[in-house]
Amino acid sequence: MAFKRNRRSPLAAIIVMAAGLALTGGGYAAATSAVEAAKPVSAIATAEQVTEGKKLFAANCASCHGKKGEGSSGSNVVPSLIGVGAASVDFQVATGRMPGQASGPQLEKKKPQFTAEQISQMAAYVASLGEGPAIPTDAMVAADGDSANGNTLFRINCAMCHNAVGAGGALTHGKWAPALDGVEARHVYEAMLTGPQNMPVFNDANLSPKDKKDIITYLKYVEETPSMGGYELASLGPVVEGLFTWVFILGFIIAITIWLGAKSN
Amino acid sequence: MSNAVAEKKKPGFAAGAANYLDERVGAGGILKEFGRKVFPDHWSFMLGEVALYSFVVLLLSGTFLTFFYQPSMEFVIYDGSYGPLKGTEMSIAYASSLDISFDVRGGLLMRQVHHWSALLFVAASGLHMLRVFFTGAFRKPREINWLVGFMLFVLGMAAGFTGYSLPDDLLSGNGLRIIDGMIKGIPVIGAYGSSLLFGGEFPGEYIVARLYGLHILLVPALILIFIAIHLFMVVIHKHTHYSGPGRTDSNVVGYPLMPVYVAKAGGFFFIVFGVIMLISATFTINPIWNYGPYDPSPVSAGTQPDWYIGWLDGALRLAPSHWEFVAFGGTWSMNILIPMIVGIGFLVIVAAYPFIEAWVTQDKREHHVLDRPRNAPTRTGIGAAGVTFYAVLWAGAATDLIATNFKVSLNQVLTSMQILLIVGPIVAYIITKRACLALQRKDREIVLHGRETGRIVRLPHGEYLEVHEPLGEFEQWKLIDFKDYQPTLARPNSKGKITINARIRAAVSRIYFEDRIIPVTQTELDAARHDHPEAIEAPVEQEAKQITQ
Ligand code: HEC
Ligand code: HEC
Ligand code: HEM
Repeated sequence: MAFKRNRRSPLAAIIVMAAGLALTGGGYAAATSAVEAAKPVSAIATAEQVTEGKKLFAANCASCHGKKGEGSSGSNVVPSLIGVGAASVDFQVATGRMPGQASGPQLEKKKPQFTAEQISQMAAYVASLGEGPAIPTDAMVAADGDSANGNTLFRINCAMCHNAVGAGGALTHGKWAPALDGVEARHVYEAMLTGPQNMPVFNDANLSPKDKKDIITYLKYVEETPSMGGYELASLGPVVEGLFTWVFILGFIIAITIWLGAKSN
Repeated sequence: MSNAVAEKKKPGFAAGAANYLDERVGAGGILKEFGRKVFPDHWSFMLGEVALYSFVVLLLSGTFLTFFYQPSMEFVIYDGSYGPLKGTEMSIAYASSLDISFDVRGGLLMRQVHHWSALLFVAASGLHMLRVFFTGAFRKPREINWLVGFMLFVLGMAAGFTGYSLPDDLLSGNGLRIIDGMIKGIPVIGAYGSSLLFGGEFPGEYIVARLYGLHILLVPALILIFIAIHLFMVVIHKHTHYSGPGRTDSNVVGYPLMPVYVAKAGGFFFIVFGVIMLISATFTINPIWNYGPYDPSPVSAGTQPDWYIGWLDGALRLAPSHWEFVAFGGTWSMNILIPMIVGIGFLVIVAAYPFIEAWVTQDKREHHVLDRPRNAPTRTGIGAAGVTFYAVLWAGAATDLIATNFKVSLNQVLTSMQILLIVGPIVAYIITKRACLALQRKDREIVLHGRETGRIVRLPHGEYLEVHEPLGEFEQWKLIDFKDYQPTLARPNSKGKITINARIRAAVSRIYFEDRIIPVTQTELDAARHDHPEAIEAPVEQEAKQITQ
């Protein structure tokens, strides 16, 4: 289970889960309606969380995003965080993208700099600024959907940037779509929901929560199923296969011939 | 008759069969003639064989695949063992390829054997071709065989491309889409050509079955015929050899084909076969289940053809996309046409090279001794330029992977490659040619003055000398045995006129041979021996070593 690697403290997980349960009456029904889930999560975030989040935000994020998260449109455009929702903060900070560091064409992933608790506090604060997508519940991102449907949807919606098995690919002008191997299910969901940087948003009208769950199921299938034909050459396709042929197969055979020749002389 | 048999030991099966054949088709004579053929020993002579043996493996594994593969583009709902495609609509061709992979015993191994040996087949032919080029083995009388070999290389590409498209997965479909675009890019006939090939609008319902016919029938048959011609000519011409004492343009030094060579070759087949099996059992190739069924809308990142088509894909990628204009009531897609012309032009030059060089040198003699690449500096330089050109185009097919894996901008990679495509070959030519000349100069030096030993000797009268160790005759021969061409002048013909042909030839000949190192002559050698009396003792010792070996 991907959740074993979860960096949230158990307490935070319980709070988020409790929030999800409280909202849906403990039902699986939450999976069908992420949009509605948005309100209550921020609603039930405790006032304490929001104040803590506000402090953290002022210390770490306000320099770029403004004191109230209003963003800036000066020489350095920084987006406003009003209405981006808890999901966006959770994705950006928990994958280590935020706080941003000035860099090339695309902000890179780093080691996450905050604890799960701090992240949920900042998420609660940003969610309090304006309504936006909430963090999905564990049930919504569980990899127990329909992998075949997920496969088809992934091929149609994501493969052109992320490669058919999520090995990643190049975009224009130094931007790239990262490899999806090892990305936590929750972050996959949030990425679709919020569309970070050069990735489009796939809202719930576009890909229903069930579709999103199916896509996660497919990605987890690819990640967890050992390759069927032996070692995979980084799933990078024919170019790597060609290089492998020249360097290793042909090289190996030539080495054998030279060795045999040397022996016979 | 019966008495004779009774008296003698009963002949074994092989002997019996040989006798049977001999009495009816005179096979003994053929075999005797063939068996006396001599085949020299050098690893670079084995590359052609690697190609031959991988072709045999292709035939065997391909035949296995035909038992299960169905070339139909009708739709079915997949219900095989691969979970993430269950219930997905796909062509029968794709479904049967998936079944080969997951539900036929040994099927996945055979698919991988077939595909890895396809890559190896073309790679080995390519390297073999480079060996022939850089050693000048294509010179008279082997020009025709160069053409035959060239056809084999092109047919290998054709076999690979038609095969690659058979599983009808997303990747191969994208490849076909590119071909469709290329055909449509040809002015006037393009659109007709495309609908002829695909039987209507792309992708249509026929293309897989048509490619299948080409892939298992026409192309392999042509390859077989060309291989037969190729080997037949090798037997007629006899093999070339590297220079050495006793090796001349009128003999061949090596082992007789029978039995030494045939035994070795048999062993070598199993080595190649074994390596292919080992790789196929351990490394995935073309995991079609990852790509999904073909559907014209999605395109996956990292879409590339097999390596041997890569250079053509690269040519398309490197062409600036704004080279397209509208005129005379049609769209002229120069960004497609120019890469096609460049690709075909490159192939034509490769095919024609032996004739071009023969025209420049006007050398009508037969050559059986190979050149060391450094002794033909211009040819080697041209070869290096060609290899660079091809390599840049090839790398052009991987621009996206280069961009992501080395964290550079895709657009920068494209621009640098466009520049490299023009500048690279020129630089490669100059550097290689200069390097060859420098190496030749060094050889001359070594032949005349021997090898520096680093041993300093003080003579009785106080003079210091570094001892130069002269070469043994074997080595020396290698360094001095090459032909010196000189630039030809544009001479008037019998009518007293200097033709344009002659002028052009004189100009090209100047490029080829203006800078050259003249091989060491006997007089120079004698003079050198005279100058270095201290070197005289050593060669005797060296030669003795050579003989006792
Ligand atoms: C160095 C300046 C900088 C700092 C510090 C910073 N950010 Fe950002 N942030 C950015 C920029 C620039 C973007 C826009 C990235 C893009 O889309 O190209 C961004 C985007 C975001 C987004 C995505 C907005 C959207 O449209 O979905 C979120 C959420 C976010 N930041 C949260 C934070 C939080 C929380 C912190 C503090 C831990 C933080 N940021 C610190 C510069 C910064
Ligand atoms: C237009 C190209 C594009 C498409 C289509 C696209 N993505 Fe992305 N995706 C990106 C880019 C670019 C990023 C990197 C964003 C960043 O670093 O902020 C990204 C990031 C991600 C991440 C975060 C990976 C990580 O390492 O944290 C996930 C997960 C993801 N995408 C999933 C998907 C899924 C699922 C789909 C299909 C529903 C999809 N993407 C479609 C371009 C795309
Ligand atoms: C001459 C050299 C040949 C080359 C370079 C070649 C190459 C290829 C390639 C690259 C594929 C795609 C394999 C895959 O990944 O699925 C393929 C498929 C196939 N080839 Fe060949 N091939 C050759 C000869 C043959 C021969 C002689 C036969 C039959 C007698 C054959 C039968 C097949 C079949 C049936 C398939 C489809 C199988 C599948 O897609 O699973 N091939 N070939």
